[in-house]
Amino acid sequence: MIVVPPAIQRIPWKLIALLSAITGFGILVLYSAAGGSFTPWAMQQTVRFLVFLTVAMVIGRFPIRIFEDFSYIAYIGVLVLLIAVELLGFVGGGSQRWLNLGFMNLQPSELMKVTIVVALARFYAQLPPGNTHSWTALWPALIIIGLPAALVMLQPDLGTALSICIGGVVVMFAAGLPFWWFGSTAIAGAAALPVLFSFLHDYQQKRVLIFLDPESDPLGAGYHISQSKIAIGSGGIGGKGFLNGSQSHLDYLPEGHTDFIFATMAEEWGLIGGLALLFAFFLLLRWGTRVALKARTRFGQLTAAGLTMTIFFYIAINLMMVMGLAPVVGIPLPLFSYGGSSMLTIMTCVGIILAIENDSKTGTRGLH
Amino acid sequence: MPRKSPPITEAWRGITFTRRALVVGGAQAAVGVALAARMAYISVVDNDRYVLESESNRVNLTLVPPRRGWIVDRHGKALANNRVSLRIDIIPDRLHNRDFVLGQLRTLLRLDGDTMDRINRDLKAASGFQPVAVAEDMSEAEYASILVRLPEMPGIAPQRGFARNYPTGAAVGHLIGYVGAPNAEEYEKAKDPLYITPGYKIGKDGLEKYFQTMLKGKPGARRVEVTARGRVVRDLDTQPDVQGKTVHLTIDADLQEFVARRMGRESGAAVVIDCTNGDILSFVSMPSFDPNSFSDGISNSEYSWLRADDHQPLINKATRGLYPPGSTLKPMAAIAAVEHGVDPSERHTCIGGYRLGNRFFRCLGTHGSVDMPTAIMKSCNSYFYWLAHRLGYDAMAPTAKLLGLGEEFQLAGSSQRYGTIPDSAWKMKKYDQQWSASDSLNAVIGQGYVSVNPLQLAVMTARIASGRRLYPRLINREFRNEPLPFSAEALAVARQGMDLVVNGAGTAVRSRLPLDGITMAGKTGTAQVRGLGTGNGKSGTWKFRDHGLFIGFAPVVNPRYATAVVIEHGMGGARAAAPVAKDFMTFLFDREKAMEALETFEAGWGGTIQERMDRDYAAWKSGASSDPNPELPQ
Repeated sequence: MIVVPPAIQRIPWKLIALLSAITGFGILVLYSAAGGSFTPWAMQQTVRFLVFLTVAMVIGRFPIRIFEDFSYIAYIGVLVLLIAVELLGFVGGGSQRWLNLGFMNLQPSELMKVTIVVALARFYAQLPPGNTHSWTALWPALIIIGLPAALVMLQPDLGTALSICIGGVVVMFAAGLPFWWFGSTAIAGAAALPVLFSFLHDYQQKRVLIFLDPESDPLGAGYHISQSKIAIGSGGIGGKGFLNGSQSHLDYLPEGHTDFIFATMAEEWGLIGGLALLFAFFLLLRWGTRVALKARTRFGQLTAAGLTMTIFFYIAINLMMVMGLAPVVGIPLPLFSYGGSSMLTIMTCVGIILAIENDSKTGTRGLH
Repeated sequence: MPRKSPPITEAWRGITFTRRALVVGGAQAAVGVALAARMAYISVVDNDRYVLESESNRVNLTLVPPRRGWIVDRHGKALANNRVSLRIDIIPDRLHNRDFVLGQLRTLLRLDGDTMDRINRDLKAASGFQPVAVAEDMSEAEYASILVRLPEMPGIAPQRGFARNYPTGAAVGHLIGYVGAPNAEEYEKAKDPLYITPGYKIGKDGLEKYFQTMLKGKPGARRVEVTARGRVVRDLDTQPDVQGKTVHLTIDADLQEFVARRMGRESGAAVVIDCTNGDILSFVSMPSFDPNSFSDGISNSEYSWLRADDHQPLINKATRGLYPPGSTLKPMAAIAAVEHGVDPSERHTCIGGYRLGNRFFRCLGTHGSVDMPTAIMKSCNSYFYWLAHRLGYDAMAPTAKLLGLGEEFQLAGSSQRYGTIPDSAWKMKKYDQQWSASDSLNAVIGQGYVSVNPLQLAVMTARIASGRRLYPRLINREFRNEPLPFSAEALAVARQGMDLVVNGAGTAVRSRLPLDGITMAGKTGTAQVRGLGTGNGKSGTWKFRDHGLFIGFAPVVNPRYATAVVIEHGMGGARAAAPVAKDFMTFLFDREKAMEALETFEAGWGGTIQERMDRDYAAWKSGASSDPNPELPQ
């Protein structure tokens, strides 16, 4: 019998394999998108993944008490950073999103996606059960969500603002707030849509309109969606083959290594590649949901559910965008798209969920 | 639901959480399934459509301009052919950063201000994708310097193609015409995508324009893989072009070039016609433009230089120059007179002029008693005044018209001004005045209302020499060329008189052919530019000097070649025109001897046509740039 040391047993090998599979596939696509080269993307993405994977594993070893204790401080800290972005941030891509720290560009709105979930989870974990249907269960949560969402909208970054709201709302939903609050808010939101639309920036409005009718402007803003659909559609079932995607290699597909990387992949790997990737994401989200269901503490339940939703939201919006089901909002595909900020966010989510999983394995189940 | 809330416990909260987490998870799974279905729909159901769109993205079909057909002379020697040319064009619609790109081009290709002006002018006039030529005939090094910077300069289209080439340059300018890139108007009319393909040229003038459909050929096609920015990645396949058909002319290229060179610095025209079939062997108007310059897109200042020249290099004087023919019409008048019953041996005494009423019409000399051949030989005005007064010009005009004067010929690619052969009906119609005897006297010596072009004079000569109604032709078209309705006697008198002009004691004895056994017959003419009696036309300002004309044919027995030469302001036919004719007629029989003579002349004129034109242009440019309001040259 081979004796496996407990330290190695405790490492979540299956999760690492799943994350590596998704990211590894992404790196293959990045290699192809660069015309069959490890530079400039594939190599850096690999290094980044290894670093962030380690970070996630380390976070996974933290006792979850720490996240709960520091949740409000982290929330306030990130909120301050968001304000700092407004004040000091430089203009990039038509919107202010980054804070230059010298060694990297920090995107505080990415951090907010995580901290909003943790902060709200703590709030509802501390809320006495009897107050769940009361006004006190609602207004602090609305402020906690509303402040960062408004700041991110100012940048303006519609996709991230939505992501922050969704993460928060799912925590509220899971916390057991009355069902009809969500139902009526959804109806009111739908009714207010034209008003909200008028608050959007010109280029955002244009994107939404073009999403509704991409062929109206095939060479302008509708170009992204059209070319993305051409890439996916021309891939067929089996794809054109590795390194053979003409849409990406001949630059017809814009942002083929970041936001539209799914189209780059689908062109070369076809429907089979797409379904495989979807299945991998399904496994990841199933893991997150299971952790939430098995969590030992209420904070753990709510956090795991919220963070899983945050990961899901990335995937869903990105895929809907590249398939022409959503406007172009600039949300990357988790672990797949080239880029550090989104990978940092996802890996932090994974790390925290992992910590919750570890907590439920070690401690006894029971809600305090 | 709101008010009947049961006591909320932690257990209830846990159950609610599980339920709701499952709801959220289920919703996520549903979205996932929807995304999978959507992807399957795009990549399976719509696959055909997107494969097609992807291909149309990837593959770009470019037309390859066809090589233009050659224009060759009667012996198959090229008058216009093609040469390999490396070229750079601008596609205006793809030019985004105009100033930057033009600046780069200027530095890289060392373009001068002239060229930049032309490019800017063409860019302004260009429509959309119609290419604007930047440079042609570039060296490999220049071409490569553009190629490597192509990604920074969108809108630049380099091409390895063919350019029109005219080996003899200015010698064939007016004959062949030139080619050029189609303009917006021509593209609108033709609606042919080839018209906006860089490097494609259409005939713009002369034979190039006339034979456009024959010469143009069929374009080839090149399928290339291109990036979204239009950069060519690789060739997929190529369908070769079909070269245009060759146009065979009746021209003798060597003679054409010789005649053009022999015209020297003079302004004028010379036409040589084959007396056996009407073939035009040489069709020269000088000075001329270099059609190579036009085909490459002529620069502003070169065009201004051509326009400013008072020798009018842009006008084809062989068909569009009208001149009073002077005494060259006397053989024609002799034929008319014999046809109207005048005995050629009948003598008239020249007393230095002819008195009509109270006016005295002067002769150039006092020739004494002359018969008809002698009168032609001496070019005696008095004799012909006498004939004209006796017969009236209405008797002579029909003969003139039968010999081709006043006629517009069906001639490929030429636009003609056909001039005037006046008669009483014409004058009545035009001026509402009676024809007078003095009108007849002026007309018979080729002055007054009479005007002809050099081509007509050559045709007249060929008809007199052959006795047949030869129709001039540049390509092999069949004409009946039936005999003229003149008596043999009439034609013989005219020919005899013309023989004496050169070989007897006539006005052009100094222009006898320096050949054994081959002689030339001819007739000189001197046409006054100013009215009779104002100045002597032999000196003074160039543009008021007399025109020099000469018609001739050779050999005298069994004539083979007929010609007409007009030297503008040459101060006399014998002095200016006949020696030119003598040299090129010699060339037809003895090339070496003629070339020797020509080279001597050219040494005195300062080089070949090309050398002189280059020097004149350079001089003009330096003068034009220093003087804002330049005087015309000369």
